[in-house]
Amino acid sequence: MRLFGHKPTTLAWVGLAIIGVFSAIAIFAPLLAPHEEGAVVSDTWAAASGSFWLGTDNIGRDMVSRLIYGARMTIGVALACTILSFIIGTTLGLLAAVGGTLLDQVLSRIVDVMLSIPLLVFALMILSMFGPSIPTLVITIAILDSTRVFRLARAVAVNLVVRDYVEAARLRGEGLWWLMRREILPNALPPMISEFGLRFCFNFLFVAGLSFLGLGIQPPYADWGGMVRENGRAISFGITAPLWPAIAISIVTIGVNLVVDWILSINARPSGASAEM
Amino acid sequence: MLRIIATRVVLGILTLLAVSILIFAATEILPGDVASAVLGQGATPETLRVFRKELGLDRPAHVRYAEWFTGAIQGDFGKALTNKRDILTSVTPRLKNTLFLAGYAALIAVPLSVALGILAAINEGKLADRLANIISLATISVPEFFIAYLLILFLAVKLRYFPSLSTVFADMPFAKKLHVTALPAVTLTMLVAAHMLRMTRSSVLSIMSQPYIEMAFLKGLSRSRVVLTHALPNAAAPIITVIALNLAYLIVGVVVIEVVFVYPGIGQFMVDGVSKRDLPVVQACGLIFASAFITLNTVADVLSILVNPRLRHPI
Repeated sequence: MRLFGHKPTTLAWVGLAIIGVFSAIAIFAPLLAPHEEGAVVSDTWAAASGSFWLGTDNIGRDMVSRLIYGARMTIGVALACTILSFIIGTTLGLLAAVGGTLLDQVLSRIVDVMLSIPLLVFALMILSMFGPSIPTLVITIAILDSTRVFRLARAVAVNLVVRDYVEAARLRGEGLWWLMRREILPNALPPMISEFGLRFCFNFLFVAGLSFLGLGIQPPYADWGGMVRENGRAISFGITAPLWPAIAISIVTIGVNLVVDWILSINARPSGASAEM
Repeated sequence: MLRIIATRVVLGILTLLAVSILIFAATEILPGDVASAVLGQGATPETLRVFRKELGLDRPAHVRYAEWFTGAIQGDFGKALTNKRDILTSVTPRLKNTLFLAGYAALIAVPLSVALGILAAINEGKLADRLANIISLATISVPEFFIAYLLILFLAVKLRYFPSLSTVFADMPFAKKLHVTALPAVTLTMLVAAHMLRMTRSSVLSIMSQPYIEMAFLKGLSRSRVVLTHALPNAAAPIITVIALNLAYLIVGVVVIEVVFVYPGIGQFMVDGVSKRDLPVVQACGLIFASAFITLNTVADVLSILVNPRLRHPI
């Protein structure tokens, strides 16, 4: 089988399989989970058994069911953040490249200042203002993350703006919006696709981290970061409860990374793009 | 060269200024203000007005910014909203704890990762390189708390080498302190070492594709000799930048680790402030984190100018 006109490597297949399985779990959560999301079915931190495959959590809810519902919440929120971040970042990035020096300078300097504060610290400040709720969380992370998308989109688009076909379109009298959407965006897409995977991983870990700090997705919703937090104390008694959601987070991140690595290997990243953080 | 460095330092100070405005503005421009955030939605307009007056929110924003910033430079961050305590006195010991932890981790991580990165570059494509590659990639892909809990489970609970919570107090003997904070330090080390190793390796390798390196090989020098005496001095600038950047990352990474190990540092203080919605505390911690971050980045730039012979003599 070929994807994007290339044959995936074995590792890429592993990554694709992980993404497929976890997406299915997230979509069909209510059908797959053996118990209700919030149902207390046993004692606190009961050991793994036939009816509770991974045991129970801090108030006796089934770990497997929580993990299944948590997939929906954690992956869903991270995906929403990434999509929103790409809409904002790409639009502004292309606008900066097409819209002239002044606009470019203003946008780029604002992004520079925002990037000079650690993202987590910035997010903490905004969350302290609004309090944690899912829309706040998604918008906050999306805006902060869009600074990085902006950088890449701008870097890619700046190289495209000087091409002859863009000049031709400009001379034809096409507007700014046409130039961005029809001339530049399609050609800027390939590097943006692998960036989407990287940003997803980052946002995913970020959402999980914030929930772990108790500032992300709030109970009663099951989410993996929050589950690690709720069960954290168990580790001192040698109970592995907090490790399961942490393992789930790791598997998804590694899976997406494997696919991203493969996409990167088929189209080399353009200069000016950075994969850090 | 002095001029480049001076420009860079001035730029750093300007960034800090812009960031302080941003930190202040984030809590000002956004809808609602400190008073409504603290009192919640149920507050009547009357109590809101009184509370605003008490906090001095009835004055224009730029006046309050000027007061806040001049105070902050002199170490006066005001008082916490929740317990009315002076923020500086609660922050100072916590900041010391955090710097202790970050320094501890950096002392292990920097030599280790630079050495391993160079080793991986020398043995490019061989087993050691691929092993280092896989392990560091795995460390980067997993959340911080996963590594932390794994270490707690094996080193603290199963083997009982270290305590699982890092409770420290002021008059603790130094050796005991090192022992108690070993687990968070190791966790932090693993987090930043993975990044540093990969970036050291790739900056050495990117130098390796230069013509003068090929020349050195053609002279018949051994691979390790080429890497150590020809590639490394030229890779020093990117490596130093990488180290400083990762130390900056260490400052942030410390937040989650402190919460896992219940370590009384500034990261935990900030998270507490956020959950209690104590804005002056959050602003103070935010400013401290941001200045540490900006300082390290500026130091990184200045150092890379100093070690790079080409930047030393601008045309």
